[in-house]
Amino acid sequence: MTDKKLNIQDFLNQDQKKDLLRLLTAGSVDDGKSTLIGRLMFDSKMLYEDQLEALQRDSKRVGHAGEDIDYALLLDGLKAEREQGITIDVAYRYFSTAKRKFIIADTPGHEQYTRNMVTGASTANLAIILIDARYGVITQTKRHTFLVSLLGIKHVVVAINKMDLVDFSQQTFDNIRSDYESFVAQLDIPDINFIPISALKGDNVVEPSKNMDWYHGNCMLEFLETIHISSDRNFTDLRYPVQYVLRPDIKFRGFSTSVASGIISKGDEVMVLPSLKKSKVKSIVTYDKELDYAFPPQSVTVTLEDEIDISRGDMLVHPDNLPRIERQFEAMLVWMDETQMNLSTQFYIKHANNSAKARIDQIKYKVDVNTLEKSNNENFNLNEIGRVVITTTKPMFFDPYKKNRQTGSFILIDPVSHNTCAVGMIIDRLSSKNLPSRITDVDKENIAMGKSLIQSGERQEKLNQKGETIWITGLHGSGKNELAFSLEKKLFENGATAVLLDGSSVRFGINRELDYSPADRAENLRRVAHICKLLNDQGIITICSFISRNDSLRKQIAEIIGKERFHMFYMNAPLEYCKNNKPELYDLVEQGKAKNLPGVDLEYEKPTNAKMEFKPEENESNIDKILDYLAVNKVFPTK
Amino acid sequence: MNEYSLTNLRELEAEAIHIIREVAAEFENPVMLYSIGKDSSVMVRLAEKAFYPGKVPFPLMHIDSKWKFKEMIDFREKYAKEKGWDLIVHHNKEGFESGVGPFSHGSKVHTDLMKTQALLAGLDKYKFDAAFGGARRDEEKSRAKERIFSFRDKFHQWDPKNQRPELWNIYNARVQKGESIRVFPISNWTELDIWQYIRLENIPIVPLYFAKERPVVDMDGSLIMVDDERMPKELRDKAEMRKVRFRTLGCYPLTGAIESDAETIEEIVEEMMTVTVSERTTRVIDFDQEASMEQKKREGYF
Repeated sequence: MTDKKLNIQDFLNQDQKKDLLRLLTAGSVDDGKSTLIGRLMFDSKMLYEDQLEALQRDSKRVGHAGEDIDYALLLDGLKAEREQGITIDVAYRYFSTAKRKFIIADTPGHEQYTRNMVTGASTANLAIILIDARYGVITQTKRHTFLVSLLGIKHVVVAINKMDLVDFSQQTFDNIRSDYESFVAQLDIPDINFIPISALKGDNVVEPSKNMDWYHGNCMLEFLETIHISSDRNFTDLRYPVQYVLRPDIKFRGFSTSVASGIISKGDEVMVLPSLKKSKVKSIVTYDKELDYAFPPQSVTVTLEDEIDISRGDMLVHPDNLPRIERQFEAMLVWMDETQMNLSTQFYIKHANNSAKARIDQIKYKVDVNTLEKSNNENFNLNEIGRVVITTTKPMFFDPYKKNRQTGSFILIDPVSHNTCAVGMIIDRLSSKNLPSRITDVDKENIAMGKSLIQSGERQEKLNQKGETIWITGLHGSGKNELAFSLEKKLFENGATAVLLDGSSVRFGINRELDYSPADRAENLRRVAHICKLLNDQGIITICSFISRNDSLRKQIAEIIGKERFHMFYMNAPLEYCKNNKPELYDLVEQGKAKNLPGVDLEYEKPTNAKMEFKPEENESNIDKILDYLAVNKVFPTK
Repeated sequence: MNEYSLTNLRELEAEAIHIIREVAAEFENPVMLYSIGKDSSVMVRLAEKAFYPGKVPFPLMHIDSKWKFKEMIDFREKYAKEKGWDLIVHHNKEGFESGVGPFSHGSKVHTDLMKTQALLAGLDKYKFDAAFGGARRDEEKSRAKERIFSFRDKFHQWDPKNQRPELWNIYNARVQKGESIRVFPISNWTELDIWQYIRLENIPIVPLYFAKERPVVDMDGSLIMVDDERMPKELRDKAEMRKVRFRTLGCYPLTGAIESDAETIEEIVEEMMTVTVSERTTRVIDFDQEASMEQKKREGYF
């Protein structure tokens, strides 16, 4: 009995020293991926017997492996998927050997699920790419390899499976290997290994194969147990992105996070971004004890010698080793949402514990994941990948993803659905000469807001009106301008102070460098909205006549101006009416000389929340209706 | 291993602390669901570590089905007091007063009313926008696919087909009013990791985990302990003393014991390495219906 107890103690003491390898498996439904994982887990004895029993029971019902155990059933968790016979999401699996613990991110291979593979790859140190020996390198192999390289996985094992079906032929193995090597040369993966296996029969998975004496390398499990991965982390560039400010009492002020990269040591001189203030590390606190230094991915709390104002999203770095501090960068973006990308959306960006708003300013190109060919395109759909330029509302502290996975990665969140709609890997700095001309480099944080000495109530009293915005949306030629100009005149006659803004007045001067692409249309409206805000703040009514083609744009405009003072009206004219009314532009589009005209080759969404809807032919009564509306809502007159 | 590498356990610990802090930073009103089980005990320790030397900045909530083992409640009261936790105990008052229980109503009705519905009502009552749970992905198939930040709609429902992508360690914490996130900081831990950590950190756990002579009744193959008089007399009369322990803890009539001699963590691990039934099979509720845990999760149960 004493012996036994000693043994279990030894086991536990050894077990607790094991390190962790996170790996990704990629392959198609038929490559035998689930069988490989099942065997790794089963043959390393970590499957409990009742799971096995359940498995045998299930195999008889829906199994695809004949009389043998169908390892795939063990892995396909969700009911619906089991019936379809495919894995549709990322599933995480755990097993452990005498040398190491493993987390497997199991992701499906078929085309529409790039999203899942990218997800699984983001946390993996190593990828196993399965190839069916009968078919060799296929499109899907290339796609998986590209994604692995895109997500910066440094180690790849190419498992050439089903060797039993090609008579364990070395020639077949060598051919596939050389095909793969010639294809992978254009990608950036530093460590690639090839293992011939039969997952179904167990050759070279856990035990060396008796059928392939020509192969002298490690079998799969041995390879996974011994590959060196701890040096893959970045221990050079200190990036300490503050996650949480810990202030339990007046005496203690700590800054907590998981070290993103580099080493932080007691006594280090550190600089705080974005304030650029410097201090020294006073202590590194943990529940267990104070540390002399901390390294990634440890979660610790740091205190500083000096009282500096630091909040979540700020970053501690060594003063001689700074990340890039900018509001623009280029990135490889993977679109993850069912909804198509909309260039006029202002996303939330989350990056290194920092949040801001962000816009996609430009799509440089899209990559076809199957051919790696680049193409120009205005838009991204689910699972599409490409290079973009992103601008954020405040400076971000980042490094290229290649150099630093932690500070080079970000997600974009849709402002309405709150879905994670895209993920990105920062490429390198965008040199300013390539910036789209409309981007200015003003740092918003440095602008002090002046405060007027006049109260808004005083303005209202004096002008007998509220500074609010009357926004008319509608197709080009729908008669919204006619309505806007008549309204302006009527208000003027009645003693109101109103300013009219329309496409021609702003595009002539203030927005003259903008074109009619969706992105520039959005920028045009953003600026108009800010002009309205400035004027409204001064108590002046603004009358705006803009196509403003969809709800998402209109919502952003309302947010800038202030929802409570944004009154939208819809000029609902049939397209035919508009074409007759102002044929010039419509003709140009028809002849292919112009594009991006809402209602023709760009969608115009009818507003869902207009205060009133008008027909163009009823101009007189339309004006009366608006005047009534303004009076009822005490916009003008207020008394 | 060099000086800049972490062991498996310390890496998992760092990950969990990161997740817990992220929730505290991003949400207005988080809560940690506390089940009194060993995984909960580990999770609470991780929360204490995350905010040391400060206190944990959110409350713990125990959904008391009123059918928990007495020893669990004693344990809860002792440590809540000792550690000064901000502990909320919530139960389904109507269900309790109308006498809902597993013996009279069956496990399905009892679990739905006293656990799932009680949990949802508790979350609604305090308007929590994030709730930590101690679930692990290795426990059960449907959990293997769940995110660490698991989005729930206004009705607390999980939609396995519509999960948010989750990459790196960047978690999307944005919810609309009424929606919430369930957070699983120990998603990546295995059962062995939990025992190792409890051993390494000396984390107190309910004594029911260790083998002892206890009065049990064999009910359709499950060894159910006689914990109070609410067990029908004809069953109680069949009770016999056996040396048993519990691999998971829950409502006593729904939690089967296993015969065991394991009185220490080491012995438990040793037994676990050779045992023939995996953890959740001692929980009766999983057998109720095909893919039943997935079904319960869709309805809002963890």
